[in-house]
Amino acid sequence: MVNQTYSLENDKDTLLAMYREMLLARRIDERMWLLNRSGSIPFVVSCQGQEVMQIAASFALNKERDYVLPYYRDLGVVIHFGMTTREIFLQAYAKGEDPNSGGRQMPSHFSQKQNRIVTGSSPVTTQVPHAAGFALAAKMEKNPAVSFVTLGEGSSNQGDFHEGLNFAGVHKLPVIFMVENNKYAISVPLNKQVACENISDRAIGYGIKGIKVDGNEAIEVYEAVKQAHQRALNGEGATLIEAVSYRLTPHSSDDDDMTYRTKDEVTNEKSKDGIVRFQNFLFEKGYLTETINDDLEAEIKKEINDATEYAENAPYADASTINNYVYGEKGDH
Amino acid sequence: MAVMTYIQAVNQALKEEMEQNEKVFVLGEDVGKRGGVFLATAGLYDQFGEERVIDTPLAESAIAGVGIGAAMYGMRPVAEMQFADFIMPAVNQIISEAARIRYRSNNDWNCPITIRAPYGGGVHGALYHSQSIEAIFANQPGLKIVMPSSPYDVKGLLKAAIRDDDPVLFLEHKRAYRLLKEEVPEEEYTVPIGKANTVRKGDDVTVITYGLCVHFAKQAAEKLEQEGINTEIVDLRTVYPLDQQAIINAASKTGKVLLVTEDNKEGSIIGEVSAIISEHCLFDLDAPIRRLAGPEVPAMPYAPPLEKEFMVSPEKIEQAIRDLAEF
Repeated sequence: MVNQTYSLENDKDTLLAMYREMLLARRIDERMWLLNRSGSIPFVVSCQGQEVMQIAASFALNKERDYVLPYYRDLGVVIHFGMTTREIFLQAYAKGEDPNSGGRQMPSHFSQKQNRIVTGSSPVTTQVPHAAGFALAAKMEKNPAVSFVTLGEGSSNQGDFHEGLNFAGVHKLPVIFMVENNKYAISVPLNKQVACENISDRAIGYGIKGIKVDGNEAIEVYEAVKQAHQRALNGEGATLIEAVSYRLTPHSSDDDDMTYRTKDEVTNEKSKDGIVRFQNFLFEKGYLTETINDDLEAEIKKEINDATEYAENAPYADASTINNYVYGEKGDH
Repeated sequence: MAVMTYIQAVNQALKEEMEQNEKVFVLGEDVGKRGGVFLATAGLYDQFGEERVIDTPLAESAIAGVGIGAAMYGMRPVAEMQFADFIMPAVNQIISEAARIRYRSNNDWNCPITIRAPYGGGVHGALYHSQSIEAIFANQPGLKIVMPSSPYDVKGLLKAAIRDDDPVLFLEHKRAYRLLKEEVPEEEYTVPIGKANTVRKGDDVTVITYGLCVHFAKQAAEKLEQEGINTEIVDLRTVYPLDQQAIINAASKTGKVLLVTEDNKEGSIIGEVSAIISEHCLFDLDAPIRRLAGPEVPAMPYAPPLEKEFMVSPEKIEQAIRDLAEF
């Protein structure tokens, strides 16, 4: 623990707040699939199975100062950093009011400057050098901010992973790299992605700290990120965290995961669902009761219903706006 | 006014911008203590320190990508690619990221990075130290590509690039670095990005070009003047997006147009210039548009006769202008 007198395990309010965000992320994601299968939205790419690590990590950051560079599964991260349920549905429906891109990007390409959620693209891992750049800028400006960037384990094979981590290592930058190891890069399993035992071992080559955690254990993830955050602020440089869980859905709404893995495997992994585990932990602690849980579910359902309705009825950006914002207005073009 | 070489103008622009704005910083390979392999950043390390003149690991995607991150944060990074030929590992960062950041975020984020890179041949640089790479980036809206032809323009355009709120690829002809010198004002000025420049007035033939070829075209035009052939020369200065009106005006003025680039001909910048003229100036033309460019081979060979064969020269331009004048 960073602070010996503080124990997250006994911090009821924070734990319940974490639980709420995890549940919200899961329920939003489930609604997206329903909307997709009923033909309302063309595409979903899921966070299911990774909410616990996303929310736990985000709680260990400073949401007033830090910069996050999420990848497309990081619904939990952007929820914690302030994107509202309504905004999330606006991007799913590609409506003009969507703060991520005004409906220009596919869903889950998150971006919201006011909350320091940095815009991302579809080619994976390009955000890793950007995170080093944010950390470099923060360090130059003596701004006590950390950049937090996430990626899948498959992305740890890209050149930008190597280049970004090496740069951060050489310059001792305040950045946290979190690999969300969900064991699949679309259809290609972990053992065909890497030959090393742990993605976190790759940190050795960059002279930075590497740590592997159970991504379904909220407190373990929280503590690892909290320590990495403290190290970053202390000028001790970057950390690579590998958080392991499992992708509970197909890669996206266009994927059929039964072509490369079995139902038994998925069912078995679902029984280890981190949200259920966290919920049980809260029940055991006495922080969560059936009544509180039911109320929470009802509240979230209403929030999602309202957001869905709002987004569905919201207008698209007008076709005449297609040429807007290629360059800044100050420019000559 | 001091006489400055092209490379000294690069150095001067960087120094002035770094003095005026502490958000401006430089990153790249060998830019620090060494001052850059061409000495573009000479003296900056001593003046501004290693935090603002950053020697990076040898990794071009990180040089671009880290710069892009810092630019989104609000800094004004000037990233150096040691040779334009080595920009390839950074293409994903430049095209998929820098060029699209404003558009994809619906104007929420922007990316004010300047990426400098020495391009061009005639320096015994062979295939991988001679290339012109502008065409690779010249159909990427969101990006600007500036290719100055003179020390005066280098200073004014580089300062404008650094102050621009969008990503600018700033391509410097490496043979021009020490070949070209002229008086450059010590005081503050910028040259606008996106505007072409008429560097010579003439009524017989129009030459539209950019970079070092502007210098070659001027030499050719001076010689031809003695034969009574008057050449109008337009320096594009910004090759993307193009200054369409300047191109249309210059082509219409003489009706005989020679387009010159050191790049391979097919798919080059001048192909787009030709298309603009074709669309807008059909009835003003008195001769077919003529293109003078590098041959359709992958890149410039090393051996002197082969390199000479590839390069555009004042003599080749002179002949092409004469042919057009006589058409």
